[in-house]
Amino acid sequence: MKIELTRKKVHNEFAKRVELISGQNLFACYQCGNCTAGCPVAFAMDVGPHEVMRYVLLGLEEEALTVNTFWLCASCLQCTSRCPKGIDIARVMDALRSVILRRKERKDYIDISKFPEGFLERLPQIAFVSGFRKFLS
Amino acid sequence: MDYLYFPGCTLYTKAKNFDQTARNCSILLGFELKEMDNWTCCGATFPLATDNIMALLAPSRILAKAKQEGDTLTTLCAICFNVIKRTNKLIQTDQEKREKINNFIEMNYQGDLKVLHYLEILKNDIGFLKLKEKIKKPLEGLKTAPYYGCMLLRPFEEMEFDDKERPTIFEEFLLALGAQPVEFPYKIECCGSFQSVGSPEVATECAYRILSSAIKQGAEAMVSTCPMCTFNIDHKQVDIKKKYLDFKSIPVFYFTQLLGIAMGLDIQTLGFDQNEIDPMPLLREKGLV
Repeated sequence: MKIELTRKKVHNEFAKRVELISGQNLFACYQCGNCTAGCPVAFAMDVGPHEVMRYVLLGLEEEALTVNTFWLCASCLQCTSRCPKGIDIARVMDALRSVILRRKERKDYIDISKFPEGFLERLPQIAFVSGFRKFLS
Repeated sequence: MDYLYFPGCTLYTKAKNFDQTARNCSILLGFELKEMDNWTCCGATFPLATDNIMALLAPSRILAKAKQEGDTLTTLCAICFNVIKRTNKLIQTDQEKREKINNFIEMNYQGDLKVLHYLEILKNDIGFLKLKEKIKKPLEGLKTAPYYGCMLLRPFEEMEFDDKERPTIFEEFLLALGAQPVEFPYKIECCGSFQSVGSPEVATECAYRILSSAIKQGAEAMVSTCPMCTFNIDHKQVDIKKKYLDFKSIPVFYFTQLLGIAMGLDIQTLGFDQNEIDPMPLLREKGLV
């Protein structure tokens, strides 16, 4: 992907918004990839958490918000616990989720009415209480 | 001594076996879990967006109400423990959020409650040496993989529970019961958690990795502290078997069920009907029933 870097792009509004919601300094990231290396769900992600961080830093809002990375994050905090720069990456992933879920048009990640029969009945309460909080606006 | 106890939603329904065995074992160990009045669901996730105060209200109400009844609050479910303990820490340390929360819930709570996990009572208040003396039926030869998951441990600065990469409390517990803990590299790896709602196949894969790693290291059973982990690593073994035909199931116990066996509780009271993989064949093989 060819990206033209400008001062405006690096100091972009989108990154500021993600920083505000997550309370994290994204610019501390030096792209070591520790988060992706330890992520238990990285195998199913379009791109790793460290790549999404880079997208945000470069102001690539559309690229950052269309990958499945933050939807697959299970908030297990392994990345947070191992980040050598002290960035709470799980909070960044949650902030990206929030950016989408807080839009005016409801863009939920899951559609409860489309769940197969008996699916919810099988799950423990904590699974759908936390799942609905993470996936619904 | 009695401990004020917060069961949480899942321990009243899908994980009754966890709740019941913990209560029954505590009586044998000389303390009682006194259930707090009018508890609600904790929300099952600690909000990671810093401006999400709403999701802090349920755990804050639980804490404020518990404070009226005592000075400690004990939990069993690792997720409840995580959400309630982190909220408590936040109320202690963040004055602005504390005021906002207190204004909203119309109570005055300062974060001065101690949030405990049942394992901490066993380790610190009773002591594993004392526990060992009380064991009637040592779980000799039971090769058990201690599965911590994430919520008990992380973030370790806030949970202050055990080492962030090499926790040992479960191993110490298993040794006290006479069981043989199995070391395996996935013991602090996430089970996929609520992805069992959003992307069930991803959670199945996570569970498969954890289980197969433990089995490879010789585990005959696994032990858990969390109904969410238990769903993913026990109940989802049905889905794993559909995908990986040569996968051989192993039973997953709540740690209180193993404690119950070792303390000599009646097998009928251990609630194995709620375990997906029936532990009875293994227990018979080991001469424990």
